[in-house]
Amino acid sequence: MLAKRIIPCLDVKDGQTVKGTKFLQLRQAGDPVELGKLYSRQGADELVFLDITASHEGRKTFADMVQKVAAEIDIPFTVGGGISELADVERMLSAGADKISINSAALRRPQLIDEIVSHFGSQVCVVAIDAKLNGDEGRENSDEETWTCYLNGGRIPTERNLFDWAREVNDRGAGEILFTSMNHDGVKQGFACNALSRLASQLTIPVIASGGAGRMEDFRDVFKQGHADAALAASVFHFGQIGIPQLKEYLRKEGINVRPPVRV
Amino acid sequence: MKVAVVKYNAGNIFSVVHALERMGVEPILTDSAEELRSADRVIFPGQGEASGAIHYLREHGLDRIIRSLTQPVLGICIGQQLMCRHSEEGDVDCLGIFDADVKRFRPLCHEDKIPHMGWNSIQNHNVQNSKSALLEGVDGESVYFVHSFYVPVCEHTTAVTEYIHPFSAAMQKDNFYATQFHPEKSGAVGQQILCNFLEL
Repeated sequence: MLAKRIIPCLDVKDGQTVKGTKFLQLRQAGDPVELGKLYSRQGADELVFLDITASHEGRKTFADMVQKVAAEIDIPFTVGGGISELADVERMLSAGADKISINSAALRRPQLIDEIVSHFGSQVCVVAIDAKLNGDEGRENSDEETWTCYLNGGRIPTERNLFDWAREVNDRGAGEILFTSMNHDGVKQGFACNALSRLASQLTIPVIASGGAGRMEDFRDVFKQGHADAALAASVFHFGQIGIPQLKEYLRKEGINVRPPVRV
Repeated sequence: MKVAVVKYNAGNIFSVVHALERMGVEPILTDSAEELRSADRVIFPGQGEASGAIHYLREHGLDRIIRSLTQPVLGICIGQQLMCRHSEEGDVDCLGIFDADVKRFRPLCHEDKIPHMGWNSIQNHNVQNSKSALLEGVDGESVYFVHSFYVPVCEHTTAVTEYIHPFSAAMQKDNFYATQFHPEKSGAVGQQILCNFLEL
């Protein structure tokens, strides 16, 4: 049986891991390669490295880091941040990334998804969607129009609705969707399970849930109620609030199929 | 020990090179007939699309070379599929090492997402009553898969995984071994399998 995946996410700025709250307030959380290795040993199922550097110099540092990760880590990893054309994808894949994640560039030019899929295959193409629920969170389930997609790390709203865009991404051949609820991100009160469950019912590709992990119960809920295929989190892992081995043991007891602890 | 990795137009060849390097083996990445024939072990890895890959192999004469190898050969993912008779992906004839045809996954219900992506368990499947040495010490473990096409369970199947229905997670015929999953991305279990291959 296919296991539900637990994915630590490492935001990398100038070669260092950082994590903010609601996309702001960066805090230091260590060397990304070492952190990635630690998570891999602890039983993480995949890793995501997001480059949030703006400078050209920082981007080069990131590419060097990707090479180190590829050489040292024996589980799959996705890289994203600043990928806007085929040449960027090519560069990351030849540095050793297994998958790439695109976000703003796909919203600006959806054709990019088709190009990546035809050049490198669906399995390589993860489309990240940052969306925000406008208005009352209690009405999350009632009005399709209220989830708006955002560009540039949550800074610029678009005309796009989450569900329409996710469907289009699916139909253009992307391999997975990584959905971050901006309302839930960094708040640690649980994932956006209603929206996730709706995505799961509408899409034919896997959905990675992101934003809101605070307690182990949140992971149970995102799989049981949100029907997510994978759950991504950052600070709860970086700051040691939740250990991956304990989390997996808990999820197994809750009847959720996760990959068993790694043999030593 | 000389380990050769077949160099062709498939993606993600470097990840198997890195995995071998972590085990202290320095593989050579090559498309030379001489290098491939003289290697102690040959790995035929990859990720990508079958018809494009097979055309490339034919153009470079690699199809005949791979078929004629006599040392242990390990096909990975698209490598396993290309070692079969025919693939539905691009409706193309392949190397014909395994007497099996590659099919596309067809979902039976909405929950059957394609590609089959992530960690799934493998069960040893002893058709010929002989346990596969490639999977020595590995049974019921989870390994990493990414694929939309599969090889049905057949006489060469040595391990089975269940997704939508059972399919061939690993295969063997004579000196030819293959896995649908990626041992190079399957953590400690994957490393054990690669180690078994080197020790065959």
